[in-house]
Amino acid sequence: MSTPAVKTAAGYLAGLLFGLGLAISGMTDPARVLGFLDIAGAWDPTLMFVLGAAVGTTFVGYRLVFARGTPLFSAKFQLPTKQELDAKLLGGAALFGVGWGLSGYCPGPAIASMGGLTLPLLALLAAMVLGWFIAQRIAR
Amino acid sequence: MDWIASLHGLVGGVLIGLSAVWLMGALGRIAGISGIIGGLITQRPKGDSAWRVAFLAGLISGPLLVMAVGGGLGNVAGVPGAVIGEPAGGVPLMLLAGLLVGIGTGLGSGCTSGHGVCGLARLAPRSMAATGTFLVAAIATVYVVRHVIGGGV
Repeated sequence: MSTPAVKTAAGYLAGLLFGLGLAISGMTDPARVLGFLDIAGAWDPTLMFVLGAAVGTTFVGYRLVFARGTPLFSAKFQLPTKQELDAKLLGGAALFGVGWGLSGYCPGPAIASMGGLTLPLLALLAAMVLGWFIAQRIAR
Repeated sequence: MDWIASLHGLVGGVLIGLSAVWLMGALGRIAGISGIIGGLITQRPKGDSAWRVAFLAGLISGPLLVMAVGGGLGNVAGVPGAVIGEPAGGVPLMLLAGLLVGIGTGLGSGCTSGHGVCGLARLAPRSMAATGTFLVAAIATVYVVRHVIGGGV
């Protein structure tokens, strides 16, 4: 069952569900995201509902999935094992938060919005990829 | 409050959750966008790239499918029928923001999906700390940009 084609199809389905979720929820609209982050302005609660429903669904679903013992098409669950709250984690999260607040784009919505590509979005995506390479060099 | 927009948020959030559950149940992986796509681009992991490319294709095709179906399934603020919103700034601002998003999610090992959705659902302390940190940083940034500098984004 766990042929490369099956794994690839499973990956596509996961991406498709994620992309559908971002589009239907309106997270492919930076104005919605910034509206949520702007607690001193005309606050937009949409992102709270998105995150709440996503975390709730995942919380329940993960428990059902983990109870099976192994994934359907893979040998084992690959979960992060790190525990420490180090400067890299918190510093990285803070830098990401500033970038998110400046643009209203986190990686998922930015990539999912490529179907409506604009020059500013292209600039953000290119800089994000450059940032990933820089982070890899710093972290080494 | 805009209840229709909130309902869209709930439905979309459930779909994102189902994506995360499916990816874990099928391939044993965390549905973290920066990890999946960033890992694909910066490391080209041998034998572990095909599903990432497929995930990327699915992620991009989701909104395209919603556009093709039509019927107001999108939830762009103030633009009925639209699915993908306009960027909130020009190229220079987006270059700066993108660089920060890339470096930050790279160093911090995750973004809104990996830490915010999957990590919180696992009750992982690192993800709780990261999510709290990037939310506070983002809220502070928007506050400074909109209400201190006051230019409006």
